[in-house]
Amino acid sequence: MNSPFTNGIAAQRLDADALTENFSDLHAPLDGHEAAVAADRCYFCHDAPCTTACPTDIDIPLFIRQIATGTPDAAAKTIFDMNILGGMCARVCPTEDLCEQACVREIAEGKPVEIGRLQRFATDTVMAKGVMPFVRADATGKKVAVVGAGPAGLSCAHRLAMLGHGVTVYDAMQKAGGLNEFGIAAYKSTDDFAAREVDWLCSIGGIEIKTGMTLGTDLNIDGLAKDFDAVFLSVGLGGVNALSIYGDDKNGVDDAVSFIRDLRQTSDLAALPVGRNVVVIGGGMTAVDAAVQSKLLGAQNVTIAYRRDRDAMSASRYEQDLASSFGVNLMFNAQPKAIHGNGAVAEIELEYTSSENGKLSGTGETVRLPADQVFSAIGQTLTTDCGLKLEGRKIAVTDTGRTSRDGVWAGGDCASGGDDLTVTAVAEGRDAATDIHETLMGSK
Amino acid sequence: MADLTTDFLGIKSPNPFWLASAPPTDKEYNVRRAFEAGWGGVVWKTLGSEGPPVVNVNGPRYGVIYGADRRVLGINNIELITDRDLFTNLEEIKRVKADYPDRAIIVSLMVPCEEDAWKAILPLVEDTGADGIELNFGCPHGMAERGMGSAVGQVPEYIEMVTRWCKQYYSKPVIVKLTPNITDIRKPAAAAMRGGADAVSLINTINSITSVNLDTMSPEPSIDGKGTHGGYCGPAVKPIAMSMVSEIARDPVTSELPISGIGGVTTWRDAAEYITLGCGNVQVCTAAMTYGFKIVQEMISGLSQWMDEKGHTSIQDFKGAAVPNTTDWQYLNLNYVAKAVINQDDCISCGRCYAACEDTSHQAIAMSEDRTFSVIDEECVACNLCVDVCPVENCITMVALEPGTTDPRTGKVVQKEYANWTTHPNNPSATAAE
Repeated sequence: MNSPFTNGIAAQRLDADALTENFSDLHAPLDGHEAAVAADRCYFCHDAPCTTACPTDIDIPLFIRQIATGTPDAAAKTIFDMNILGGMCARVCPTEDLCEQACVREIAEGKPVEIGRLQRFATDTVMAKGVMPFVRADATGKKVAVVGAGPAGLSCAHRLAMLGHGVTVYDAMQKAGGLNEFGIAAYKSTDDFAAREVDWLCSIGGIEIKTGMTLGTDLNIDGLAKDFDAVFLSVGLGGVNALSIYGDDKNGVDDAVSFIRDLRQTSDLAALPVGRNVVVIGGGMTAVDAAVQSKLLGAQNVTIAYRRDRDAMSASRYEQDLASSFGVNLMFNAQPKAIHGNGAVAEIELEYTSSENGKLSGTGETVRLPADQVFSAIGQTLTTDCGLKLEGRKIAVTDTGRTSRDGVWAGGDCASGGDDLTVTAVAEGRDAATDIHETLMGSK
Repeated sequence: MADLTTDFLGIKSPNPFWLASAPPTDKEYNVRRAFEAGWGGVVWKTLGSEGPPVVNVNGPRYGVIYGADRRVLGINNIELITDRDLFTNLEEIKRVKADYPDRAIIVSLMVPCEEDAWKAILPLVEDTGADGIELNFGCPHGMAERGMGSAVGQVPEYIEMVTRWCKQYYSKPVIVKLTPNITDIRKPAAAAMRGGADAVSLINTINSITSVNLDTMSPEPSIDGKGTHGGYCGPAVKPIAMSMVSEIARDPVTSELPISGIGGVTTWRDAAEYITLGCGNVQVCTAAMTYGFKIVQEMISGLSQWMDEKGHTSIQDFKGAAVPNTTDWQYLNLNYVAKAVINQDDCISCGRCYAACEDTSHQAIAMSEDRTFSVIDEECVACNLCVDVCPVENCITMVALEPGTTDPRTGKVVQKEYANWTTHPNNPSATAAE
């Protein structure tokens, strides 16, 4: 048995009970009484700001009123109408930046209605019953390929299946779910929720999932376009940006995405090795998830080093505070300069930065932190462009997800437009499905 | 600090807060706890004639209406008068009165409409040393079917007759408690007065069904699958009760009749309002049943603070102060023009005022792209609905237009002179203004 004080990268820093506790639900679900009390706080605003703030436009006042009046199943239907992954979004949405930030009671009292937790209450109620509140329309005979079984792909597939189309969903991984399954902190999706949600979503019928199929090797866009009436690409961002600094090839330098993925897939958290001194480079949700989970696995010291200031960090203030509450040290205006160590990482050298007119530059002053594990979380990139027109480094799409190639739509992180959020991906998949349907059925 | 001492019919109590005749005052134990908590007086739960005790249903006996967060807005009950032995009650009343001489104890009574029945019980009550009696002519269930309670209260002649017997066989103040389950509250009040009543108290509870169980199809409270109308009380009935109080206070026939106000008194403010409408004191039940006896402490401190702030040194100072301002619709000033004004600093942009006005009123609130809500004076009739539905107190207010300014809605100049419907040209029975 090791401890947080064991040097190097080691497994079993905490005992099984501590690990179970650390990786249980971050926010316990509301029970019926709590949900009733929380729901009563909603003012049922006109043209509600929370709904406007929701990328999937869920009618939040309506679903909360449905909870308040004792009909959570109807509430869930209201949510799923707009967002079939409402269960996952209730867990992972940065509500503090979206619906709850817009809540008028946040403005009035600094205490928004607990929209995210209420959404979870409603969606959990229905999912626990195994009820799929939608039925398929009569089969249209049309076939659509969805490439990538993440939030965008699943949302698109469900909407298409509901409209009567036959959907084949391909995914490069051995399991469906995309970032829901592989890329979100474990304590936000406990009890195998992502996989259960995929099964539930597919229970509408008409969706076939084929895993282990990678675009570019097992599949190609021309073949898909030939075999299917339409193609929706939701392949995400498969590449991980490298640190590209001196020493980034040393043992112990890893990408945060892989670390989070391994953590989500392990059946034995105690077997996962983690450093005593961990430094995470980056400023987004991936950085926070990697840092917090390193701490929860038993790392003694965990630091997030971000090259810009706090306000520029893409992880919300709420997420920053969450990381702090777990004992993660947040370091701002510090960019990686070099990684030192004899074969394995021993220290990371950071240079302080300053910003003038938005342009960041090193000040020349450096600091060294002990580190036996360094995670890079400085962004991901598109790996397959399929010859489609790009916008920036993503596939260029219209509002309804149309790419530069007829018959091919795209959405989610791989496509331009919107934030890289689960909820945004769901909206894009849903809207592309509607456009695909209208196109295939000749109404557009 | 303001003096809350109340003299009601010569009965002194340290404050105007009495507990109404109801379960909280059913026995010595409760009443002692109430006095320790600070209540100024109690009306002991209604006693019946000597004999086999009254039989209650086992329960449930109460139904409820909730506001947000399960806040109790109204309770109804199907309890009857005390189901304890008459002599046990009388002994307890005597003991408690002896121990709390500074507090008011009124004994509520309900016996059959026969002179002998009253003649029998009144001396027994007199002997307890209690300060007065209250005639329960109000209970709408159970006893009414036996020719008592509201069955008496709905017939002014019976009220007068029984009241007269009580004045004949009892030496202390007689208060007649009125049922609201009638069309004109002034009639039973006048009857009580003719019978010699020293005061009326109102309202008793209102016939009600609070809810229906949609599984069993039974009204609540449901006794083995059946329900019945119960007596409704609590904050929800306050507006009804205050209107009835005001009618008695305003009527020339009954305006001198002392009133004990009952119905949804929950805070000091409610009590103050009842007193301004002419009540000499108030009686409370639902608030105590919801929160316990301690709630009187807020009533006492709140009323004291308000009286100090307003410069009232005694209850008498503001008793009936709102009566002259309570009038009939046809005397309201038709030349008074106001407009809603939204304080943008307080507005939280919920848009409820907009939804209410746009969908159900006069389309007099504009909503901008950035959710700024503003009143369109050309459309606003000052109906007050926006004020009522706004979740932020005082965010929206009604501001009167100064005489001489033009009302953008009508294009007419606001007149300084008072003018009402009785002289309005559209009124077919209008009389020419002198």
